[in-house]
Amino acid sequence: MHLSEGIVSMPVLLAGGALTVAGTIVGLKKIDEDHLMTTAMLSATFFVASLVHVPIGPGSVHLLLNGLMALILGWACIPAILVALILQAVFFQYGGLTVLGVNVVIIGGGGLLGSCCFRPLLRRPKWRKAAGFGAGFLSVACAALLLCATLVTTHQDFIGTARVVFVAHLPVMVVEGVMTMFIVSFLAKVQPEILGLTHD
Amino acid sequence: MNFEQWAEGSSILHGASPHIKLIGALCFCFAVASCQHMQPVLAGLVLACVGLLLAQIPLGSLYKRLFLVNIFTLVCWLTLPVTVPGTAITHLGFLSISREGIDMALLITVKTNTLVLMFITLIATSSVADLGHGLQRLKVPPKLCLLLLFSYRYIFVIHAEYKRLKRAALFRSFKPTTSSHTYRTYGNLLGMTLVKGWQRARRVQQAMLLRGFSGEFISLHSRDVRPADWLILAGALCSTFIVLVLEYSGGAL
Repeated sequence: MHLSEGIVSMPVLLAGGALTVAGTIVGLKKIDEDHLMTTAMLSATFFVASLVHVPIGPGSVHLLLNGLMALILGWACIPAILVALILQAVFFQYGGLTVLGVNVVIIGGGGLLGSCCFRPLLRRPKWRKAAGFGAGFLSVACAALLLCATLVTTHQDFIGTARVVFVAHLPVMVVEGVMTMFIVSFLAKVQPEILGLTHD
Repeated sequence: MNFEQWAEGSSILHGASPHIKLIGALCFCFAVASCQHMQPVLAGLVLACVGLLLAQIPLGSLYKRLFLVNIFTLVCWLTLPVTVPGTAITHLGFLSISREGIDMALLITVKTNTLVLMFITLIATSSVADLGHGLQRLKVPPKLCLLLLFSYRYIFVIHAEYKRLKRAALFRSFKPTTSSHTYRTYGNLLGMTLVKGWQRARRVQQAMLLRGFSGEFISLHSRDVRPADWLILAGALCSTFIVLVLEYSGGAL
């Protein structure tokens, strides 16, 4: 899901950077002193989740969980994802300095877009599983679309590559949807406060 | 698990102030990212290699990282020569390979590797703790720096916790396959990791409040900027300048 360095053109890099700065400012405003530690811990957990490889057919995919992160944190997921991506760049050189902004927009923006309409549904126990699946699925779909949009606005000729990339993400969407569904229903049973719910 | 394999060392780059290296890396990387020509990017690659030698990074440790980074460039090599219109050099069945496509894929490959090597030279030679303090000195919002420092502090704890849960599942004959049971198990494992992290966060938060945490982390390594730092900044800015001059002379020098 990450774009590596050296692919995206300068105007797109700058636009991504500007959007990330704006999103981070909004997100940081939503985090008060009491929630700083919780947000950091969630950021670390999502970093760990990205190291988890889930089998699918003969291969495996690593998890993204941007939908779950947006469900739990709302706008605060932007700085949290920024931090997780900085750590991934420093540790594994996934992404990098110049594409950091674009990657945050793809993953964080995708998460926010994909999960916004499912957040209210979490309060209804009957709809919870569907909301989890929808948020996970749609967040990766939005992220993949944003990724393709980045490629195509960089250069028209990337349209073929963008198609390949989008199709490659189709199974990831399903896996993310299923995983988000299971995690959401687990959290709702065990520690509903994380999702902003109270015990049923 | 050691994530920061290059952060320890005694080279001039390891000893430099992180915020100076951050400024240098930002200038150089954006200059290279803006290039449209091959020559300036190749010059950047040479300069990045010089940086690697200065940082005394064992070249053998780079292969794995570069391999992972180049997965996307491989996708570019497989798609661009076929999809980009232009002068055909050869035909494969009904597909024609265009020179423009190959040039584009080549430029992307060299650019990607240059940027990653420079990133390793300048950024990965500092630990994240030092980078966090470097960001603080660059006037990045303190909340964001704290977020970075706390996440970094707890990644290892949470990773160990996840591995413990996973081991417990494996002891109970859990075999990952493509099945609903596997996904449910992974979901529960990650859910439990989240719950534990969340509860730990609350305990740590209370403990820090009790000890009078004022919202600022104090680094043990913070110190003034030394002449060697200015030397590194000058080197990075000169490299940036060379790349930009080559680029804006139209790659014709």
